[in-house]
Amino acid sequence: MKRNRLLIQKLWFSVLGLSGLIIAIILFALVFFVTTRGFRVINWEFLTAAPKDGMTAGGIFPAIVGTFYLTLLAIAAALPVGVITAIYLNEYADRDSRLVQVSRKAVNALAGIPSVVFGLFGLALFVNFLHFGVSILSGGLTLAIMILPVIIRSSEEALSAVPFSFREASLALGASKWYTIRRAVLPTALPGIFTGAILGIGRVAGETAPIMFTAATFFTGRLPSSIRDEVMALPYHIYGLMTEGTHPEQQAPIAYGTALVLLVLVLGIDLIAIIWRYRSRKMKKW
Amino acid sequence: MKKIIEVKNLNLWFGEKHILKNISLDFESNEISAIIGPSGCGKSTLIRTLNRMNDLIPETRITGGVLLDGQDIRQEHDVVTLRTKVGMVFQRPNPFPKSIFENVAYGLRVQGISNRREIADRVENTLKAAALWDEVKGNLNQNAFQLSGGQQQRLCIARALAVKPEVILFDEPCSALDPISTARIEELLLKLKISYTIIIVTHNMQQAARVADKTAFLLMGEMIEVGATSQIFKQPKDKRTEDYITGRFG
Amino acid sequence: MQTENIIRRAFFLVTLTSIVFLFGILVTLLLNALPALQKIGVGFFATTNWYPTAEPAQFGAIPLIAASLWITAGALLFSVPLGVIFSLFLSEVLPERIKTFLKPTVEVLANIPSVVYGLFGMVFLAPLVMRFFRLPVGLNGLTASIVLGIMALPTITSVCEDSLNAVPRTYREASLALGATKWETMIHVTLPAAASGVSAAVVLGLGRAIGETMTVLMVAGGAAVIPRSLLQPMRPITATIAAEMGETAVNSLHYQSLFALALFLLIITLLINQMADTVAARSRRRFKIQ
Repeated sequence: MKRNRLLIQKLWFSVLGLSGLIIAIILFALVFFVTTRGFRVINWEFLTAAPKDGMTAGGIFPAIVGTFYLTLLAIAAALPVGVITAIYLNEYADRDSRLVQVSRKAVNALAGIPSVVFGLFGLALFVNFLHFGVSILSGGLTLAIMILPVIIRSSEEALSAVPFSFREASLALGASKWYTIRRAVLPTALPGIFTGAILGIGRVAGETAPIMFTAATFFTGRLPSSIRDEVMALPYHIYGLMTEGTHPEQQAPIAYGTALVLLVLVLGIDLIAIIWRYRSRKMKKW
Repeated sequence: MKKIIEVKNLNLWFGEKHILKNISLDFESNEISAIIGPSGCGKSTLIRTLNRMNDLIPETRITGGVLLDGQDIRQEHDVVTLRTKVGMVFQRPNPFPKSIFENVAYGLRVQGISNRREIADRVENTLKAAALWDEVKGNLNQNAFQLSGGQQQRLCIARALAVKPEVILFDEPCSALDPISTARIEELLLKLKISYTIIIVTHNMQQAARVADKTAFLLMGEMIEVGATSQIFKQPKDKRTEDYITGRFG
Repeated sequence: MQTENIIRRAFFLVTLTSIVFLFGILVTLLLNALPALQKIGVGFFATTNWYPTAEPAQFGAIPLIAASLWITAGALLFSVPLGVIFSLFLSEVLPERIKTFLKPTVEVLANIPSVVYGLFGMVFLAPLVMRFFRLPVGLNGLTASIVLGIMALPTITSVCEDSLNAVPRTYREASLALGATKWETMIHVTLPAAASGVSAAVVLGLGRAIGETMTVLMVAGGAAVIPRSLLQPMRPITATIAAEMGETAVNSLHYQSLFALALFLLIITLLINQMADTVAARSRRRFKIQ
């Protein structure tokens, strides 16, 4: 009877382990596929030149630059708003007040909205209504709204992890609330806030649907000169090459190369965030 | 009286920390043995060694032995059988989020008993043995969380009794309870010792004095003194025991 | 004190941003969708022909909605068991040290851009599906379901794992102390105690899958007909919006009908998330009782 039960446990544990194996295989297949296919086309010219010969040769430099600008604008817009929101919710507002509850609901709701809906919102508001046109400005702001909930959540988490005694100590010395937040709370929460921001960057860099109608263009020969220009972007470039290309034999490899660049970029950014989080957690002494 | 559990030169480390230092101690059947000592002295760790609950903590290292009925609990018993022979009641009442009936039936079902009649009988008998039957017989299908703290703890005792253990370990069973519930549990302990061997860890010296036949005093992982409860409380042999009992520290 | 007050008020205003945007999105979609809904009427959700560029144009969203449902259902069928089982493995079986390494790996899976998944589905998975089922094309509902399922895995796994972790340790100890094996403890105590958290995970995965755009756009095949089996090419709501928005004139009926689709999608996902929230809140309450 009892032998039996231990045997059953062993059997089921192997089934559970199998699930891990399947997931590992999927992840490995994906990374292996992108790496081996992409590696063949990547060289210095691929990274630093513009596309040529009707997108069948050349590099992806304009797309790298475009993604960089879009990401920069998105994070620059979302970070202050997100951090301030988190500070207000965590430090100023009454925990059970209606505002906190409604805000939290709104943040959760925003986080669950499909990316293509953000794209349409950006199209209607920024591109058409505010006449920003298809531009870095429109796309960056659309992405900013999309990652706002990510930043608010991680900042709130970082702030609430700061021990209450830090605040008490500062307030008891006669410091004002804002001074306390600036000098006692924020510095301790900063690593956590930055990790959230970095993860946000990784997410923004890979998004396609929100920028399809607001910022991205399939091909432009020149680099953007102002925030009102439309740009190429890495994820949209992959999509364009795979679905709208006219010469699949030459264009598919470029898409693989672009995918590898994007993957390395996004996962590299994530890795930095994860390592940073790990180390700052280890250093924590309280 | 026969020795049912023998602890021989037991040492235990959590990582680098030496928690139990060379402890040797016997527990006799149908007796209540109390382990007392200041918090952090290792008394909980000691009884959690007896049913191998410490196995759950990573980086635990043990030397020496614990014998149950003359057989080593780590070599000659598998952990599942061991725990049905050595039951445990925890510091805070921890019923499952299930009905009262299912809580008591849990151990039986796990053992593969599926005869409804048998399960119902044993649930009733154990609830009676745990002095809870009269209070709950009308609503066995009620969620266990709706019971009071003291009732929950007696339910946990019933749950442990249901699998017919030889020994029951009590890890500070009254620390979360009010004095009246505590008194009822103590009363129950005295009744249970007729059929079971009971080992209780407590920081409450009066409790040990009231219920225990034998008392062991632990300090910083060392067994300072063990003896008949009356002797330990009236004529402690060791100065440190005396200091603790008279309230000079702890 | 003066500055204190100014800062408090300024921060309060900033805090309203997310609420403003949430309603802004709702209102914007509504305003843009309304003309189309008025013109097309209930036929939008009740007819089966989606010919937006035909003469006269027809806007029946049923094939698109059906495709979204098929693909989402297929994705969950695959990712829910795998995700739940994996989270059990992660939280109950593996030692802590391996766990701290594996959890970030799941996060990584979540952060791979969807267009890369799309590429993987198109080039790697589609030919496999085509050969295995002897189909004329590999870009179909099944391929999309598999890729979507992979993408929903991290959400399901991590939410599930969190809720298993939230089950008090004392439950497990009580069960083990009664002589139950780890497996029995898991199945009879831990998993039931985490049930509402697990359902929240499933609902969140559902929300993820139904709103995903790029993968289905690249992989699902794109045929706007009512699917009769998962092996047919399909055109879910999100893919329709993404594929057609680029070719419509601003404020045309087609443009507005795509906003109507987006509005529909938005309302569905808001409801789904509300549901997940409610379920998750129930699981949090549960452990507070004691």
